[in-house]
Amino acid sequence: MIACFDTMKEGVVGQWRVVGVVSAGGVAGSLARFGLQTWWPSVWATLVINVVGCLLIGMLMVVVPRLHRLARPFLGVGVLGGFTTFSGYVVDARFLAGEGPFWLALVYLVGTMAGAVVATWSGVRLARLLTRRWAG
Amino acid sequence: MNVLLVALGAAVGAPLRFLLDRAVQGWVAARGWAGPVVFPWGTLVVNVIGSAVLGFLVAWPTGEGLMALAGTGLCGALSTYSTLGYETLRLAEGGAWPAAAGNAVLSVAAGLGAAATGAALALAWS
Repeated sequence: MIACFDTMKEGVVGQWRVVGVVSAGGVAGSLARFGLQTWWPSVWATLVINVVGCLLIGMLMVVVPRLHRLARPFLGVGVLGGFTTFSGYVVDARFLAGEGPFWLALVYLVGTMAGAVVATWSGVRLARLLTRRWAG
Repeated sequence: MNVLLVALGAAVGAPLRFLLDRAVQGWVAARGWAGPVVFPWGTLVVNVIGSAVLGFLVAWPTGEGLMALAGTGLCGALSTYSTLGYETLRLAEGGAWPAAAGNAVLSVAAGLGAAATGAALALAWS
């Protein structure tokens, strides 16, 4: 899970600090998504956003143990969680199914999901490669 | 103005996802349902809720401001693809291929069903 169960030990103040950074990160990520979608108003922008967000979460999860303990709630849960969107993906697919040929909606649905998992895997591998190079 | 509304919606949606995810995972674990593979029910729940609400909003005669606040901001930040991608990969890398495939298929099916339900409710009420 991305959620930080370990923070439960840190008391109420620590928990609210985590909730606060999740909120701040969520605002930053969502504004980035809103900006991109305003600049490129297409369902394919949502696909790119979701796949790029997955590449970045893969990279982040490799390096996050070396970072500040609030880096994961801020960057992972907040920024990338707010940047990517599942509800937008589902509604975009419904829009495509209603407007265009049905196969295009299917390509969008399967393409995003496959792209997301491959991008996450690529992010993990890329970050492992880079951290090994830097460490060596 | 819309930028502020998106920010406001996201400021609530992202921590709501975090707290709901934690509550659901805790609830499942407390009932001993977690099993050897920790299935990401929490992410599934937030994504389904976000899809239902956004499905409702796009079918409802929603103004631009409400769409920015509740749609792009709240639902956008409440739901997540990065966590879904990471959790699916983690299940697959742990050898739990049926759970990984199940997570992907169940998320898409439940999300589409939720959005369709939300849209149907909006059309029935408007």
